Amino acid sequence: MTQSPAAPRQAELITVEGGAKPDIAILESEERVPWQGHTARYALPEVYAAIKAHKTTLLFVNTRSQAELLFQELWRINDDTLPIALHHGSLDVGQRRKVEAAMARNELRAVVATSTLDLGIDWGDVDLVIHVGAPKGASRLAQRIGRANHRMDEPSKAILVPANRFEVMECRAALDANYLGHQDTPPLREGALDVLAQHVLGMAVAAPFRADDLYAEVTSAAPYAGLSRETFDRIVEFVATGGYALKVYERYAKIKLTEDGTWRLTHPRFAQQYRMNAGTIIEAPMLEIRLIGRRTRSAIARGGRPLGKIEEAFLETLSPGDTFLFAGEVLRFEGIHETSCLVTKATSEEPKVPYYGGSKFPLSTYLAKEVRAMLADPARWSVLPDQVRDWLAIQKLKSIIPGPNDLLVETFPNGKLFHMVLYPFEGRLAHQTLGMLLTRRLERARAMPLGFVATDYSISIWGRRDMGAMIADGSLSLDALFDEDMLGDDLESWMADSWLLKRSFRQCAVISGLIEKRHPGQEKTGRQVTVSSDLVYDVLRAHEPDHILMQATWADAATGLLDVSRVSDLLARIKHHIVHIDLDQISPLAVPVMLEIGRESVVGEARDADLREASREAMIALAMGEPGD
Amino acid sequence: MNALARRLKQGECEALEIALAGERVACDPSGVLYLPAEDCLVVTDLHLEKGAAFARRGMFLPPYDTAATLALLALCLDRYRPARVVCLGDSFHDRKGAALMPEGERDALAGLMRGRDWIWIAGNHDPEPPQGIGGETLLDVTIGSLSFRHEPTTGLRRGEVSGHLHPVARLAGRGSRRACFATDGDRMILPSFGVTTGGLNVLDRAFHGLFDMPRALACMIGHAGIYPVRFGALAAG
Repeated sequence: MTQSPAAPRQAELITVEGGAKPDIAILESEERVPWQGHTARYALPEVYAAIKAHKTTLLFVNTRSQAELLFQELWRINDDTLPIALHHGSLDVGQRRKVEAAMARNELRAVVATSTLDLGIDWGDVDLVIHVGAPKGASRLAQRIGRANHRMDEPSKAILVPANRFEVMECRAALDANYLGHQDTPPLREGALDVLAQHVLGMAVAAPFRADDLYAEVTSAAPYAGLSRETFDRIVEFVATGGYALKVYERYAKIKLTEDGTWRLTHPRFAQQYRMNAGTIIEAPMLEIRLIGRRTRSAIARGGRPLGKIEEAFLETLSPGDTFLFAGEVLRFEGIHETSCLVTKATSEEPKVPYYGGSKFPLSTYLAKEVRAMLADPARWSVLPDQVRDWLAIQKLKSIIPGPNDLLVETFPNGKLFHMVLYPFEGRLAHQTLGMLLTRRLERARAMPLGFVATDYSISIWGRRDMGAMIADGSLSLDALFDEDMLGDDLESWMADSWLLKRSFRQCAVISGLIEKRHPGQEKTGRQVTVSSDLVYDVLRAHEPDHILMQATWADAATGLLDVSRVSDLLARIKHHIVHIDLDQISPLAVPVMLEIGRESVVGEARDADLREASREAMIALAMGEPGD
Repeated sequence: MNALARRLKQGECEALEIALAGERVACDPSGVLYLPAEDCLVVTDLHLEKGAAFARRGMFLPPYDTAATLALLALCLDRYRPARVVCLGDSFHDRKGAALMPEGERDALAGLMRGRDWIWIAGNHDPEPPQGIGGETLLDVTIGSLSFRHEPTTGLRRGEVSGHLHPVARLAGRGSRRACFATDGDRMILPSFGVTTGGLNVLDRAFHGLFDMPRALACMIGHAGIYPVRFGALAAG
């Protein structure tokens, strides 16, 4: 169990002496280590050679899209047709079980996997683990490496394959940590209010309860130890009648305070409703992918072979005929039939649409600190590959190497625009939040920012005015720009209308019982009968922005989607430690993030441009008198 | 952006005037249809008291939807000042909605109806006249050369204006779903007006056979106006 550093220990930590030291290496490629990207395509021949030299290899990656891509690339060079399989959470269960069984029988030479194989896979004679991409956390790496030679007396053998230059440093840091036995599993998060609401109703379903007793019981659980009585009472009100300031639902109450001082269910059907909706795992809407031979009426009716599940949101970006990578094959999207996505085998080898999605782990705080420390200390660069060492050496020459607690801010012109690049090393999530907030503040400071892009390591913001010159003449103050007050009003006003908050709200609304889950069979009745949580959110925000469910949503988004606490720690850490340098041109350290620009969509809503464009032809036709009379 | 804030702003945008079965009609970005020749405003699927209807079943949706919908409708009425209003059905989310409507909302609605010829078309959610609200309840009505009813009749119909299906459209390959007026120049299906009503894609099976496809347009409600887009340029979902 993870322990909170502040709280007293809740369990004994047992350290086992002995055991074989793992044999871990970072792949040193003959090829050039890329500046950015996550595919590690450059190292494939070496990865393939390693697979050939071992009995069974487990290849770990961080996302499903990386797994698909790596699998496809390996088969492209698989001249010996080694049995190499794919395993990730979106694949059909039957297919996954087949891979697991084949692995147990030692029939496979390699399996490309995501976190689905992190834990509990102890069968098969795995003698090598290859980790493609940075591990993002030392504990996660230890867990994954442990999949090889799962015996105390034999060393685990592993190769780390960094996908870009910063990842080389990150791999090095994780490796050092692993040798030292560091654990960096994130601490327990605070208890969520939507889960509490579900629990309160569940308790009433079981038996009438007294608020005092339940409050005492709930606060005895570590995540809810800090729950105030006022918040608890508001949650009980929420369960009873929705907890709105406008009290018009009293007569429809689900639970009522009775004369004997207990809260009781008002109708047994609410117990049934509760049982249908209990649970706290809300999955993104997924559709089943079915492979059909040809797009014919009978093939569609038969349904085809299931390949797995895919996010509805991803499919919404496709048009029939588009090709994408799934289950190791290039598939052609044919259309959606009821709750299935129909696909055929594509003739092309190159998928048109890359499939992003799945989990993205943030860089652990511990590893981030280690990477900063390594960067700050040229003496430690000797363990890094030549290319990476040279890169850092040129950075030292042309710009600055920041100290371990400094925040380096570089400004330089690039074409007609001006850039500001910062290197907080706090993970993409926290950087995205910070980038969003900084852009707002730069706008207020009249620096005319146009957009930003964030990676795990750095952020680049660009705009029309020379931010370097503004800092020099005092019209832009870095101390003010990075002041901790940005987590107040700025964060709030940005968040309020952000789609991130709507996503959290949907989850909270379902878990807390405000909106019912969709049950199997209900999908067919069509979208018009379901409640749109986005619209409910808009109405609630406009009329009662401090409703308890809005607070629950906010807390949820702040931890899960925004990493606000990490941004807050960062701002505290860098106070009086901001180092600015104005450059004539891009610095070596800035190259990776600069290459990301354009690969990602930029801030802001795409307004009506697409609509205007698409309507042009019809608009002309309309003006010319058709359709109609 | 908050959908309510956006809809408030849309009231300031220009309407799209098009020909419908020989009549000039204006598709207003707020989601209502205006017939200048008849000085008549048409709105559909208000779904008033939807929050309360859900609350009766144990889902406590915010009790603010009726007030918000009526406020938006008030803006439309202020702008066009129509002599006559036709509500194309599903004006209340359930049969009890009108009778149990709280005082404040009831007064607000009465204020909007005052001095106007007001027609409630019966819908599947509200098949009976709204209790204690006033106005005239009909199954359908013909005004000028156009006929108005809740559910579209199957097949091609010249001059029919209906609601019920909550049409939305999405551009192929990009963008989000937008409410739209669906028309082929002969018939029209209006977008739902209520603030918490969802939508059904015009490419869905429910719309099959209702339009002359080569001429079918989704007049999509954007941020700054209404954009007619051919069905061929749309995507499902």
